[in-house]
Amino acid sequence: MKQDIILSGVGGQGILSIATIIAEAATQAGLMLKQAEVHGMSQRGGDVQSNLRLSDTNIASDLIAVGTADMILSLEPMEALRYLPYLNKEGWVITASSPLKNIPNYPDEKALNEELTNLPHIVTVDVETLAKEYNIPKCANVILLGAASRFLKILSLEQLRISIKHVFGAKGDGVIDMNLRALDLGYAVSGLK
Amino acid sequence: MEKKLLLGDEAIALGAIHAGIRGVYAYPGTPSTEITEYIQQHPLARERNLHCTWCTNEKTAVEAALGASYAGARVIACMKHVGLNVAADAFVNAAITGVNGGMIVVVADDPSMHSSQNEQDSRFYGKFSMITTLEPSTQQEAYDMMKYGFEFSEREKLPVLMRIVMRLAHSRAAVTVKEKADPIKILPCAKDTASWVLLPANSRRKYADLVKQQPHLENLAATTPYIRYEHAKENNPMGILACGIGYNYVTEQKEATGQFNILKITQYPLPTDMIRRLAEESSSILVVEDGQPFVEEQIKGILSADYPVKGRLTGDLPRTGELTPDCVAEAMGHHQERYFDIPKNVVGRPPALCMGCGHRDVYAALNEVVKEYPKARVFADIGCYTLGALPPFRAIDTCLDMGASITMAKGAADVGVFPAIAVIGDSTFTHSGMTGLLDAVNDGAQITIIISDNLTTAMTGGQDSAGTNKFEAICLGIGVEPEHVRVVVPLPKNMEEITRILREEIEYKGVSVIIPRRECIQTLNRKLKQKRVEQKL
Repeated sequence: MKQDIILSGVGGQGILSIATIIAEAATQAGLMLKQAEVHGMSQRGGDVQSNLRLSDTNIASDLIAVGTADMILSLEPMEALRYLPYLNKEGWVITASSPLKNIPNYPDEKALNEELTNLPHIVTVDVETLAKEYNIPKCANVILLGAASRFLKILSLEQLRISIKHVFGAKGDGVIDMNLRALDLGYAVSGLK
Repeated sequence: MEKKLLLGDEAIALGAIHAGIRGVYAYPGTPSTEITEYIQQHPLARERNLHCTWCTNEKTAVEAALGASYAGARVIACMKHVGLNVAADAFVNAAITGVNGGMIVVVADDPSMHSSQNEQDSRFYGKFSMITTLEPSTQQEAYDMMKYGFEFSEREKLPVLMRIVMRLAHSRAAVTVKEKADPIKILPCAKDTASWVLLPANSRRKYADLVKQQPHLENLAATTPYIRYEHAKENNPMGILACGIGYNYVTEQKEATGQFNILKITQYPLPTDMIRRLAEESSSILVVEDGQPFVEEQIKGILSADYPVKGRLTGDLPRTGELTPDCVAEAMGHHQERYFDIPKNVVGRPPALCMGCGHRDVYAALNEVVKEYPKARVFADIGCYTLGALPPFRAIDTCLDMGASITMAKGAADVGVFPAIAVIGDSTFTHSGMTGLLDAVNDGAQITIIISDNLTTAMTGGQDSAGTNKFEAICLGIGVEPEHVRVVVPLPKNMEEITRILREEIEYKGVSVIIPRRECIQTLNRKLKQKRVEQKL
């Protein structure tokens, strides 16, 4: 079994911490893993992506091939669409719904939304609003991970919970608790769709 | 043995620590920066007091590393590909002196130019210097090859080049590592002046020795444990020469094993006999290499002229840009269907200067003043502030290499460009701008230099900057007139003062330096966050 995930967003949104939680869970589960990141210039507010590959057998390429990703996990709606050529026929797009408009020519939101809703397997979550409502600021990315976990067949929700405890261990129980709540919230919300 | 999840860069760093290095010498540059940062943060590096502070530039790094090797220690020097241009004088001549303690120069190339101004292939430097180049394909090999490389370097008495590409540098995988590091190994200090003083008489002898050593180095590339020849199940298939990370894209095609003869290359000079054998046993050869067609060009001289070789030069793989699993699969005859296209309304999202960044205020002021001089030209440099080329600023006219802002402005001023304005960052100035400033001062060039000082090497993530707190003294020491070294604080509220000073210094008929100084917003936020955490504890 393999799971190829494209994580996308805008520099500074925190896609790498999602990657870290999944990677830690995968390592604990004894899975093979490769995770390609982009550092440097594009981290300054540009589009960023990370290729995360999990498998129970050996993984050769650090990059995911076009047409083969099982999931696009995006913290920004337009950034989800940017990587569509990588998605396989049955792949899922899990994306935050609120746009980040740091460019003057950001496209019409309605048209973007239409592109998203036309996809066969799509979950959009307003993670920013949820994070505010439930008073778990800075956990928007983990809410999205929670939403994605329902479709992340290779790892269980429980494995992700344990990973969060490891990853945020140094930051104290308060931070761990907030992130666990965010994960559960995301999981619950994606079940309603 | 234990398993650790490591970036390629981190695997190299840990491999070096475990092989008993005495230090790392480096200047930050994407995608190589994390090698040195990992060593800086490693507890054993602190315990062993390994050298790991940043150097002023790549040339000082390689020279200091060679000095440590001369004194008997194992050392690495790290840089990005264009950094090797700066270090080239030291690097090429270190092949003539040879080394004492093991020395590995690690260079991270950036095919596709994710964060660079060209995609030069460092393997050419290895060939040019006639030393061995290692090219690991995985994070595991990157770790393992450090110890291998040091032993190799000490046995052959030559520096070793390790070439990686961005995709390996910045990709994470589980690496099996030793639980205990080797002890630091120090050989007796070198004393052999006939090797280390490169007077022509010595150099001629040493160079002849190096030439004589070449067949031996080639033979070592054929017998390294990291070379691999996988035979196809059937006779006379296509052969694939898979170099470094290219091997991963080849074997990503699961059916490749068995269908093709695959020769995996991880060490140069090329093992020519192995390549001839691959050619004899195959109908043609596809060369899969990331970067420039380094191997593809060379094997034409190894095989007969009519032997079919495919690669980047023939168009079977793209001539430019990094390899992908997609283009390699196509070249191997496998077509993967695409199911979705990028919707037309998706637009590009280029990087930009951070909100609140001091460079923004510098460009706002500069643009206001430059408006008054239609013939003005702004010569910029390498760093975050290169983003001043993009909207909304569009403030700069050139960017070439580290330090070129000052020297290009001077050259342009020499032939009549006025105003000629240079914009350079603090770290770039000490890296390669100071010598250019001396030229400008000695010629009394009419240029205005802005050293936009954010107290850090920001673009690569906020490393220490060599000249912090020294810029006024450096400029005065080089000979800039004291009344034309001006310091300002780049903030919107100071706009009037900054534009006034800019106008005054542009009109001055000589070299003037304006230093807008305000800490990088990224490093400042990080420090504040750290402070809050410490207060909580």
